[in-house]
Amino acid sequence: MDFMALEPSLYTVKAVLILDNDGNRLLSKYYDTELYPSIKEQKNFEKSVFNKSHKADNEIAFLEGLTIVYKSSVDLFFYVVGSAQENELMLMMVLNCLFDTLSQILRKNVEKRYLLDNLDGVYLVVDEIIDGGIILESDPQQVIQKVNYRVLQSAKEQIKWSILK
Amino acid sequence: MRHSCMLLLCWQSDISGAPNTPGLSQYDIYNLVICCSQARIFNETPINPRRCLHILTKIIYLLNQGEHFGTTEATEAFFAMTRLFQSNDQTLRRMCYLTIKEMANISEDVIIVTSSLTKDMTGKEDVYRGPAIRALCRITDTTMLQAIERYMKQAIVDKVPSVSSSALVSSLHMVRMSYDVVKRWVNEAQEAASSDNIMVQYHALGLLYHLRKNDRLAVSKMLNKFTKSGLKSPFAYCMLIRIASRLLEETEGGHDSPLFDFIESCLRNKHEMVVYEAASAIVHMPNCTARELAPAVSVLQLFCSSPKAALRYAAVRTLNKVAMKHPSAVTACNLDLENLITDSNRSIATLAITTLLKTGSESSVDRLMKQISSFVSEISDEFKVVVVQAISALCQKYPRKHSVMMNFLSNMLRDDGGFEYKRAIVDCIISIIEENPESKETGLAHLCEFIEDCEHTVLATKILHLLGREGPRTPSPSKYIRFIFNRVVLESEAVRAAAVSALAKFGAQNDDLLPSVLVLMQRCMMDSDDEVRDRATFYMNVLQQKQKALNAAYIFNGLSVSVPGLEKSLHQYTLEPSEKPFDMKTVPLATTTVSEQKTELAPVASSKLPEKLAPSRQDIYQEQLAAIPEFQGLGPLFKSSEPVQLTEAETEYVVRCIKHTFASHMVFQFDCTNTLNDQLLQKVVVQMEPSEAYEIVQYVPAASLPYSQPGSCYSLVRLPEDDPTAVSCTFSCTMKYLVRDCDPNTGEPDDDGYDDEYVLEDLEVTVADHIQKVLKPNFAAAWEEVGDEFEKEETFALASVRTLEEAVNNIVSFLGMQPCERSDKVPENKNSHILFLAGKALRLFVWASCNIVICVMP
Repeated sequence: MDFMALEPSLYTVKAVLILDNDGNRLLSKYYDTELYPSIKEQKNFEKSVFNKSHKADNEIAFLEGLTIVYKSSVDLFFYVVGSAQENELMLMMVLNCLFDTLSQILRKNVEKRYLLDNLDGVYLVVDEIIDGGIILESDPQQVIQKVNYRVLQSAKEQIKWSILK
Repeated sequence: MRHSCMLLLCWQSDISGAPNTPGLSQYDIYNLVICCSQARIFNETPINPRRCLHILTKIIYLLNQGEHFGTTEATEAFFAMTRLFQSNDQTLRRMCYLTIKEMANISEDVIIVTSSLTKDMTGKEDVYRGPAIRALCRITDTTMLQAIERYMKQAIVDKVPSVSSSALVSSLHMVRMSYDVVKRWVNEAQEAASSDNIMVQYHALGLLYHLRKNDRLAVSKMLNKFTKSGLKSPFAYCMLIRIASRLLEETEGGHDSPLFDFIESCLRNKHEMVVYEAASAIVHMPNCTARELAPAVSVLQLFCSSPKAALRYAAVRTLNKVAMKHPSAVTACNLDLENLITDSNRSIATLAITTLLKTGSESSVDRLMKQISSFVSEISDEFKVVVVQAISALCQKYPRKHSVMMNFLSNMLRDDGGFEYKRAIVDCIISIIEENPESKETGLAHLCEFIEDCEHTVLATKILHLLGREGPRTPSPSKYIRFIFNRVVLESEAVRAAAVSALAKFGAQNDDLLPSVLVLMQRCMMDSDDEVRDRATFYMNVLQQKQKALNAAYIFNGLSVSVPGLEKSLHQYTLEPSEKPFDMKTVPLATTTVSEQKTELAPVASSKLPEKLAPSRQDIYQEQLAAIPEFQGLGPLFKSSEPVQLTEAETEYVVRCIKHTFASHMVFQFDCTNTLNDQLLQKVVVQMEPSEAYEIVQYVPAASLPYSQPGSCYSLVRLPEDDPTAVSCTFSCTMKYLVRDCDPNTGEPDDDGYDDEYVLEDLEVTVADHIQKVLKPNFAAAWEEVGDEFEKEETFALASVRTLEEAVNNIVSFLGMQPCERSDKVPENKNSHILFLAGKALRLFVWASCNIVICVMP
């Protein structure tokens, strides 16, 4: 009666989500088109996921037949979603890569304000880590090199950094 | 070219209607229309990268939020964006690629960017090449693919890892669209697989597997090569482990194969991800012995004490699966599992407890149940179902603990929860009641309490049905009447109708309750719903007759015919006007449904498709046979047997037989498979020689049997009319056919062939083939209904049988009748047992009450 193992495939990630601390969507990519095809279903899913995860910072949850690994920082929540039979450690690697890359790019200020200021960089980062559900890269250093993104700096910050150098 | 979006500047209001939470982000105040209008900035020279970047980001953000972009606006914005390729700003170019991908489906004529993308793909800037490839492949269609084929092949073997990875991953995406083209790149993929880069290895392996997965030999060779060459990539290892498990499962390979050794060796890999993948693969293999499981289990045991929650979760979830089939293998981990009961992650705690419930002893049950009940309200519905399933298994294992379980379950019933969860609990309680007669009263009481406040019609009707069946037989049935009648007063139509049926059963079985039931039934006759009134009137009239036979037929034991069959027969009847009234006997019987296997899966995704009433196996056969012209006019199909193998497992031709019984004929269906790839069989017939007075009427041949495509041929046989006792018969069977040799590679047959034959095993027709199982819920009532004049009594000695259980099984399979009232379960330490059987032989119902006694020979 063992369930059939997953068909061996490179398609391991079903979705990536970044929500703010009210559960609103900041970024979401759904790679499995059959999973939640309409916006309404997606938003419902995000609501349930948020409700489950924002109270207890537990790292991993199981919801609606999917395994979800997550991490939070200040006022942001990051989620990586895979199927119930997926290797949880693989999903964690993706999550960690995403988080560490963003952490470096945003100079450790992983919070909503800076995320939105540098949203283009965030899109590029996500695009370099996962393509269509396949893990493209798992090493944060490699991702940073490929994205090659310079954070938006205000004039004040630019002066501060040039003096400190 | 001036942008024509100027007009859209007028539309300042939010016309898309998307909800805008105040204070969400600085993007809130925009909508796509405004962005579109701002896109005219793209036309300015020189291009301002910062501002253009900002607009592109806004567009992508709003699309992501669910805003709708009209096709014209999208196309115009897209065209405007193409101008941005003139800028050399890296981030801007990369964002252009992203925008192309996002808008590929909503904009028209996206292929205009093909030449720019191709240029970037083959250009000097390495940082553009990978992303350009991925964007290009996103917008490519089949015709374009051939044009860029040589660029793709070059990219796959490129030395720059990001280029190679992008090409490989994009190729995999395109396989669905154009398998034949991508298949030509297999050599390049093979070369890429020997790259040093760990991600390129992974992607190449994935593509190679996907291209070759239908060819088991090629997959096997590929696995062989990679497992020996020692890849570096942990992702690639995980992929190899999955491929190896798949292969082992498909070929039903033994666990001494090199594939298994490879997976086992991965338990010692230095990456946790690979170790876990290997342990998980071993645990999920069918037919694993405890010894083979041991190294996997010890690895999982280590993970249980990891500081990383994901690792603990993965380990305990997998140990839970092991415990289902091999509880003894997990007992070594009991201590570690106990530590996890108090884990802050409630999912981990739940899984730990349910695993312990499977492996622990009876004495630990109370303690574990208490611990679960302390946090069961915090866990998700899916895990609650897991807990219920664990309890269900526990009840079967430790029947004496049923009162503790029942208490726990009833508390869970009172809490909040979704439908699946409540249904699981109700099913669990019902199975406890059925297995354990001592728990019946408590169980029914809990269920009565539940239906007082149950919002799920399906569950309420199910419980009412159960009360009707079991309630009358309890020592004090009257206490259930109040609960049932309250439902008649308070609930929806479906529930009221079910309650009326339940009430009727009480009245039919308990004479002292009959007057009260009749009064209540009279009140139900005034109900506002048609169905409720009809049922009440019907039952009222039946009950007032006070005849046991009528009660049995109309109240206790319902329709014994198959519902799809009835529907079809009625439809047939209405199409052909006839003088005769409709005859129920022409409808085929319902095949007894297989009892639900309580499969304990990890929580399953809620199914999105509505459940349809599936036609039974017999209905399917009926349709298939009716389609064959030679079998018209045989009448309805009475019974189809299970398939009987007439050849050994690994022979050249594999044949199995299904016996279909009709009123005065039998049709033998032979499903044949030709396993020789250098032969084509034609005009295949199975010739039969009967041992008794059966008459072979006709053969319907299978026209042609090419390699590995099963086909069916039929034999029509008339049953002996003059001797009704000549039911059993042995047929010697020979398969006769025309053979044409053919080329194994192309399948082309030779022009001429020769006749040949192949001897099959003998086929038996027994009593059981002429009897259809019929389940009657109330055997005693049905027995009384028949009356004494049709009773026959005989005594038989079963010489070769040792135990009561063996006797029961033998009798059931020989007679082919359905055990009733769960009388097929023999209690322990008994010397005699009564077995109730019910069946239908063509037009006659047959009841058998078998008193089996063990006699000690002096």
